[in-house]
Amino acid sequence: MMEPSVWAVDFAAQFREKVVAFRRSSPSIQAPCYRFSVMPEEWGGVAAEAARAGLRWSGLWAEDQNNRIDLTVVLEKDGVYLLVQTRTADDSPSIASHGLYYPAADRSERRLADLFGIAFRDQADSRRWIRHQAWTELETPLRKTYPRSGRDETSTRADSGYPFLGAQGTGVCEIPVGPIHAGIIEPGHFRFQAVGEMILNLEARLGYVHKGIEKIAEGRDPEGLARLAGRVSGDATVAHTWAACMAMEHAAGIEISTRALALRAILAERERIINHLGDIGAICGDVGFAFGQYQFGRLRERCLRLNAELFGHRLMMDTIVPGGVYSDLPSEGGHRLLEEGIELRQELEELSVILDENPSLQDRWSTTGILTTEAARMLGVLGYVARASGVDFDVRRDAPYAPYDTLKVHVPVAMEGDVAARVRVRQEEIDVALDLIDELVSVLPAGSCRMPWSVPASDAEGLGCVEGWRGEHLTYVRFGPDNTIARFYPRDPSVLNWPALERLIIGNIVPDFPVCNKSLNGSYSGHDL
Amino acid sequence: MFRLLNKIHHVGMVSEPLVLEVAENTFKAVGSRLGEAVGRRFRGSLAIRHVDAGSCNGCELEIHALDNVYYSIERFGIHFVASPRHADLLLVTGPVSRHMQAAVYMAYAAMPEPKLVLAVGNCGADGGEFGVSYASCGAVRNVIPVDGMIRGCPPTPLDLMRGILALIDRKIPS
Repeated sequence: MMEPSVWAVDFAAQFREKVVAFRRSSPSIQAPCYRFSVMPEEWGGVAAEAARAGLRWSGLWAEDQNNRIDLTVVLEKDGVYLLVQTRTADDSPSIASHGLYYPAADRSERRLADLFGIAFRDQADSRRWIRHQAWTELETPLRKTYPRSGRDETSTRADSGYPFLGAQGTGVCEIPVGPIHAGIIEPGHFRFQAVGEMILNLEARLGYVHKGIEKIAEGRDPEGLARLAGRVSGDATVAHTWAACMAMEHAAGIEISTRALALRAILAERERIINHLGDIGAICGDVGFAFGQYQFGRLRERCLRLNAELFGHRLMMDTIVPGGVYSDLPSEGGHRLLEEGIELRQELEELSVILDENPSLQDRWSTTGILTTEAARMLGVLGYVARASGVDFDVRRDAPYAPYDTLKVHVPVAMEGDVAARVRVRQEEIDVALDLIDELVSVLPAGSCRMPWSVPASDAEGLGCVEGWRGEHLTYVRFGPDNTIARFYPRDPSVLNWPALERLIIGNIVPDFPVCNKSLNGSYSGHDL
Repeated sequence: MFRLLNKIHHVGMVSEPLVLEVAENTFKAVGSRLGEAVGRRFRGSLAIRHVDAGSCNGCELEIHALDNVYYSIERFGIHFVASPRHADLLLVTGPVSRHMQAAVYMAYAAMPEPKLVLAVGNCGADGGEFGVSYASCGAVRNVIPVDGMIRGCPPTPLDLMRGILALIDRKIPS
């Protein structure tokens, strides 16, 4: 693993004079991970050099340290992660924006401006983002001095006055949708500008389900944090809990058993399967192909029932705990998983032929909602959205963490970037997940599935990075005294994927919005926190 | 097309039947009792509007499952509608985030009388993992009047059906 990390050393060398510390590990992820600190005036230069060196922008968080703000940006190249940090000089911080070099940074920076009161200089877009009316511009909920209970008021006004982009001209109409949508889905607002049925522009306005997850994480014990992480986004409960537990275990210096690791991977692959099945069904439903919706929905329900039987919960919530997994696989579990795999493969093979042979279905999916490779790279999108647009990255293969470091993970990729490509990539990912489960089950190591917890030192920190079904999850945890959490930030892949929707929808027709949206399927809750 | 028809024929009907020969707490009994209750007290049609007020999306996944072929809740006359103006029952999930507070109240106010409200999931019932904070109002009853709740994290489709049945039995005179 020496080769790929050379760039990180070179990269840091550019800041040599200003580098405060450069060290490997801590917070470490299994993959090679470097970190160094720079002076705040060097912050903008980091982005400029990183963009020049072709690094991918992956996440940004902040932390209040006695009214000085620590900022951490995560960059990645060739499966090597680099954490660059800075500490602002005073309590009304102003710092250079990374948005000029990384459009992906835009919303994360606006979020930090809303929650910490950081002023980002030269931001392309300086509108508020996560803040609606629950707090004012002068309040900073994630500062330590801000009370957890917030303002003493009985009702919060509906948001108003957000400066949406406008469009003018003959025949241009504006369609506001949400926050409450017509179906059984999460809330968010979409503002379309259309001519006839063709969409000229779409702007999303999220933040409706912001429920203060980062704030209420503070002071929790590890088990309490794992439970909260499992509810950051209910459909990705396994991925979020794994990333949070991985971060906490790194901080505490705990090595979990190989059996627990294998079981975690089985859970994660099953989560991938149930979500892909449900979404492919829904994508069929969104273009009026009820057959597909019901068939894939049927397969999903069967998997959910097996989850309940083997893991005690249909969505596998709370199955991953700090130190391992909550309960071991029942003795007949391995056999049941293999059996289900055989049946599922057979069913999917039949269904995939039916989908491929249906011309009206292909007509609705092909060339609909195209995200080009260039746009995907520029926005830093993740998971199947990236892979269906030719961006070939998967944490399981490129920065492998146990148990994937000993498995061969095939990563399906497509170039077209349309709805059809996203469906195809997701179909293939189900096959890969089934193969991985077969392999994990057949060589399931013996042993305990939960290690005893050891209290981490105050200030111990850790980073968790896993490939959830939506893509790369990045979770940062720092402990305070007495086994309590001081800082928790889970970066859901949706943070980077939502902006892709606004881009891929341009030029499509309004009735194709649901299918485009579902083919991307961002999490509102995972984004809003 | 032949393949498609063949698949439909081959899979057959998987919706779980309505026979009442099994124990109280299984799907079959709940299903048929629910069908009867909706038939008797809502003239065969109960319209539900669901609102996610700040949920993690777990509850939504299980409410969705009510529409899959196994539960097929429409068989019992229960259907989800797009507008609160068409709804008899409001199903609210999640702690109510402060950013959704006004929207939840407006959806409730838009429903015609008589109206029923069910708070779904542990979060809807008491705030769950999220509780009350600068960003969350906690339980649904902190924002609008609630007639009943269905606990669970998330409640299973069967729990949801039981909860709806219990509410109808308790609230609507036959």
